[in-house]
Amino acid sequence: MTPLLQVDAVSKFYGARIGCAEVSFDLYPGEVMGIVGESGSGKSTLLNCLAGHLQPDAGAVRFDTRAGGLRDTITMSEPERRMLGRTDWAFVHQHARDGLRMNVSAGGNVGERLMAVGARHYGEIRNTATDWLGRVEIAADRIDDRPSAFSGGMQQRLQIARNLVTGPRLVFMDEPTGGLDVSVQARLLDLMRGLVREMGLSAIIVTHDLAVVRLLADRLMVMKDGHVVETGLTDQVLDDPQHGYTQLLVSSVLQV
Amino acid sequence: MNVSAYNFAYLDEQTKRMIRRAILKGLAIPGYQVPFASREMPMPYGWGTGGVQVSAAVLVPEDTFKVIDQGADDTTNAVSIRRFFEKTAGVAVTEDTARASVIQTRHRIPEMPLRSDQILVYQVPIPEPLRFLEPSEVETRKIHSLEEYGLMHVKLYEDISQHGAIATAYAYPVKVEGRYVMDPSPIPKFDNPKLTMDAIQLFGAGREQRIYALPPHTRVVSLDFEDFPFEASKADHACDLCGAGDSYLDELIVDDAGGRLFMCSDTDYCTTRRAAGHVGAQGVPAKEDVA
Repeated sequence: MTPLLQVDAVSKFYGARIGCAEVSFDLYPGEVMGIVGESGSGKSTLLNCLAGHLQPDAGAVRFDTRAGGLRDTITMSEPERRMLGRTDWAFVHQHARDGLRMNVSAGGNVGERLMAVGARHYGEIRNTATDWLGRVEIAADRIDDRPSAFSGGMQQRLQIARNLVTGPRLVFMDEPTGGLDVSVQARLLDLMRGLVREMGLSAIIVTHDLAVVRLLADRLMVMKDGHVVETGLTDQVLDDPQHGYTQLLVSSVLQV
Repeated sequence: MNVSAYNFAYLDEQTKRMIRRAILKGLAIPGYQVPFASREMPMPYGWGTGGVQVSAAVLVPEDTFKVIDQGADDTTNAVSIRRFFEKTAGVAVTEDTARASVIQTRHRIPEMPLRSDQILVYQVPIPEPLRFLEPSEVETRKIHSLEEYGLMHVKLYEDISQHGAIATAYAYPVKVEGRYVMDPSPIPKFDNPKLTMDAIQLFGAGREQRIYALPPHTRVVSLDFEDFPFEASKADHACDLCGAGDSYLDELIVDDAGGRLFMCSDTDYCTTRRAAGHVGAQGVPAKEDVA
């Protein structure tokens, strides 16, 4: 089986400082990978390198494209990479405001990716948008409201709908539940778990919330100071942490 | 100041040369916004500084110059720009569309079809069609260079979802020769089909420092949706002065009782028709009509 994404010794430096160093892993279709670690451990840097937002200083990121098989996304041309960015990839930002157009209605937000890949039939775009709003539990009569009129949780769900509407195969998520209260988080996680399973998505989720990875991720990667210190199946890493830092991380979670 | 102290058409020759280079580049890449070093002109930004610089660069002493503002030859803006070139270039001026060789316009295309020996110069306030959707210039340039124009349709989508139809009535975005998406300046969308014409069309944006152009017979397509096709709309009425049913109309409130009058926005077209004996519903024959 070919991996969907092959990450080979990716490193990114900010001057003399390490962003992330020598990170390698394979992600297979339908698999959800969690990346955890404290702030400043290089999680977001790594995610941005993988998603093509940052240019890594070394290494290769190979993606199994529909047309040409495994291709290095770092050396491919910018139009091709941006094309992937709006078809096969999706990026869910921590702050919905970064991923949404706040002055465009919910329907327009969801429709943008469809129009970006050539949809030119208003009725069909609108039907698809309505369908997707329903799937992320936003009432159909909110379709013409702007995201600024939405609550934080709704904005985040709208951002997910906007990203998944073109049927991507790989979703990058940067702290998708950050800044939401726990009950909203729980609903969002439930929704994401459903969508990931139903659409057979592969996902890479960066978070510092261990509950999120416990619920969503099949495999886990623990990062500290730009290095990967431990990898393994999620339950295995969380229940039987080997590395000192992972043990600290797991024991730091408050038990209510 | 002595008028002869100015170079022909106000700008110095080096500046005109620079602008001509931008114009030629614009003609070579239809719809592409060419940056140019816009000069300070003796009029405020927003009054047509871009159009004036382009006109200055293309004018030759043998030219006959015409200026229209919203189709009219007799508004402040049109009169002052016409006088400006009368003074600084000494060219002949006219209000007659057929006699003019260079026509500077704000917000309209003349009703009369233009010929291949004429040049139409537009004053453009905001040359970037994506500006209100994407504030970053770096990003819009990337969108143009990579042809990622999905965003333009988001604007039209928003129109339909809010108004039930594409409500954009002016500055309606067009695609030029299947490549660049272009803002045709704030002309009514009624004029969009006329953008494919025999004359050269030059667009100058002074404050934004951009020039772009359409060579004759360039294919210009207005963007739309399959189920909401583009429609060149105008007031559903005939001109009350000359009776024309095919021209773009201005609506005027003429008294305190809400009385209204529709008249051609192209004054030369209306005058010519009235002189030829056409009379509209509220019009009077041309001879008596001195106002």
